[in-house]
Amino acid sequence: MMVRINLLLLAALVACALSLVTSRHQARKLFVDLEREQSQSRAYEVEYGQLQIEQSTWAMPGRVEKIAREQLHMQLPAPGRIEIIDAAAR
Amino acid sequence: MRAATRSHAGRAAPKLPRLRAPLVFGALLALFAGLLGRSFYLQRFDNAFLQEQGSSRYSRELDVPAHRGRIVDRFGEPLAVSTPVKAVWAWPDKVNATPEQLRALAAALEMPSALLTQKLAQDSDFVYLKKPVAPEVADRAAALNIKGVHDENEYWRYYPGGEVMSHIVGFTGDRDVGQEGMELAQQLWLGGKPGSRRVIINRRGEIVEDVASIRAPQEGRDLALSIDSRLQYLAFREIKAAVEANKAKAGAMVMLDPRTGEILALANWPSYNPNNRSRAARDKMRNRALIDTFEPGSTLKPFTIAAALDSGKFAPGTIVDTSPGRFSIGRATIHDAHREGVLTVEQVIQKSSNVGAAKIALSLPAETMWRVLSDAGFGTPPMTGFPGEVSGRLRPAKSWRPIEQATMAYGHGISVNLVQLARAYTVFANDGELKPVSLLKVDAPVAGRPVLKPQTARAVRHMLEMAVLPGGTAPKAQVSGYRVAGKTGTAHKLDGHVYANNKYISSFVGFAPASNPRLVIAVMLDEPGGDQYYGGAIAAPVFSSVMGAALRMLGVPPDAPVTNVILPADSPEIREET
Repeated sequence: MMVRINLLLLAALVACALSLVTSRHQARKLFVDLEREQSQSRAYEVEYGQLQIEQSTWAMPGRVEKIAREQLHMQLPAPGRIEIIDAAAR
Repeated sequence: MRAATRSHAGRAAPKLPRLRAPLVFGALLALFAGLLGRSFYLQRFDNAFLQEQGSSRYSRELDVPAHRGRIVDRFGEPLAVSTPVKAVWAWPDKVNATPEQLRALAAALEMPSALLTQKLAQDSDFVYLKKPVAPEVADRAAALNIKGVHDENEYWRYYPGGEVMSHIVGFTGDRDVGQEGMELAQQLWLGGKPGSRRVIINRRGEIVEDVASIRAPQEGRDLALSIDSRLQYLAFREIKAAVEANKAKAGAMVMLDPRTGEILALANWPSYNPNNRSRAARDKMRNRALIDTFEPGSTLKPFTIAAALDSGKFAPGTIVDTSPGRFSIGRATIHDAHREGVLTVEQVIQKSSNVGAAKIALSLPAETMWRVLSDAGFGTPPMTGFPGEVSGRLRPAKSWRPIEQATMAYGHGISVNLVQLARAYTVFANDGELKPVSLLKVDAPVAGRPVLKPQTARAVRHMLEMAVLPGGTAPKAQVSGYRVAGKTGTAHKLDGHVYANNKYISSFVGFAPASNPRLVIAVMLDEPGGDQYYGGAIAAPVFSSVMGAALRMLGVPPDAPVTNVILPADSPEIREET
């Protein structure tokens, strides 16, 4: 009787030990994935920063004005041709 | 043993030497004791070293980088952004490379071969080959595997606004630490602190477990300035054009919102590009609007008049006799640039009469005048937090002699910076309240400090409106569609301790729309070298063009018909000196 219980407990122990090993392995694998995703996210952040610099460099008022004047031949309307609508009054 | 004894029972046991068994037993015991001792020693005394050796085989301490916060304008447009780059450096005396390798390195770094050779020939232990370089470029260089050539991670700060924003934003120096402007002033807020953590890595160098965070990284925080990029560009463009057209030494412009005290634009010319400042002269980096003072001249007269009205001794219609355009105090004589005769207090501002202002000032106690000037913020720093901002000079009233009180009435013997001057005018724009100025975006409404009675502020506002109409000193400051109020200044410049005859500072300070002021603009031109030097002739037009464009950009409803601008046809505008 005792022998049987002991065997059963041994089997349970071995099963537990093996599952610990696999879950540990799983955890490490997932952690590696997490790290990879995190470094990817950092890389995206860096790229976002660079794109922001690029965007604001392209959108500098000086450049926009130059293109509007020289390439698109736009001009400021005379003050008399500007109507200002009060947004709050509508 | 028992079995063996039994099997040999038949024969007599071989006779062993008597001492053999104890000897063997003793030797085994000694070995065993040695083993125990050794393991005790390892556990007890050598433990730290062994632990370290062990962990170094699987755990690593990694730096966790923290980047510096961005600086953005009031609408979130980036003005300064950090991005990781690499710096490629070398130990020249350890570099051991074939000419082909060096050529390949130069190609990888996108630099001329000759420059690379020249850098490596330098007689120093350490030399930067190129920085900043994009990480991909540095990786290509590292792939060549040249001995003595290394790279390191760094952050590089980019300033998309370039020379337009440089005086406010400033720049960072080595190791991404603020060195000038708001970068320096807000270093604690912007700067990130890199952290580090201990991890376990596997055979392939991948991180498999986080053991502990040794220091949590602290990311830099973003900083929102009060600047409006579009208005800033407008101000910069116009001040630059004005400095060049008038052959001035320098110029500055400040634009602020009188309701919140926020500085919407602050432009200086000459300027520099913070992205490439290796050749920029120190002088060009001066933010003249905040760290230089000047004697303001006539732009200070409204405060004299305000003190007079506030005291109750004068009313806008009170008569002041300014004839014959000269006024002697002791040995000194004050002149008007033009003779006016009998004027009302209102007309003293409109015509900018020095004699009138001086006479009014002398009929007031020095304390009264001092209090108005001091409450309007003169003599105290504007508290923008900008590094190096100055307080200007306003001497205590007790030490004023009559001639000093008289000259101070029209802005001499007192020094101010341009931001102080613009801020002081918020008193007239805000019915007597002075708002604190800020270079940072203000979200909550700010409490002002009452300086003048509201009716005094409104009366001076009316006088300032008259000054820009025909008959005043600055009809060129008028803006089509809006009522404008403002005052010119043309001050002789101090050259050491004497006033230079032909060096002037021309200025204009004003606000609009006069019915409900939304913008205060102060313009200053230092030593205009052209034919014209009166504030009304050169500073007022700059004010007018910037004010008109800015109000339309902000969508401020006009408070006057668009045909309101009347310029005197042939008579030249009234001149003023100081």
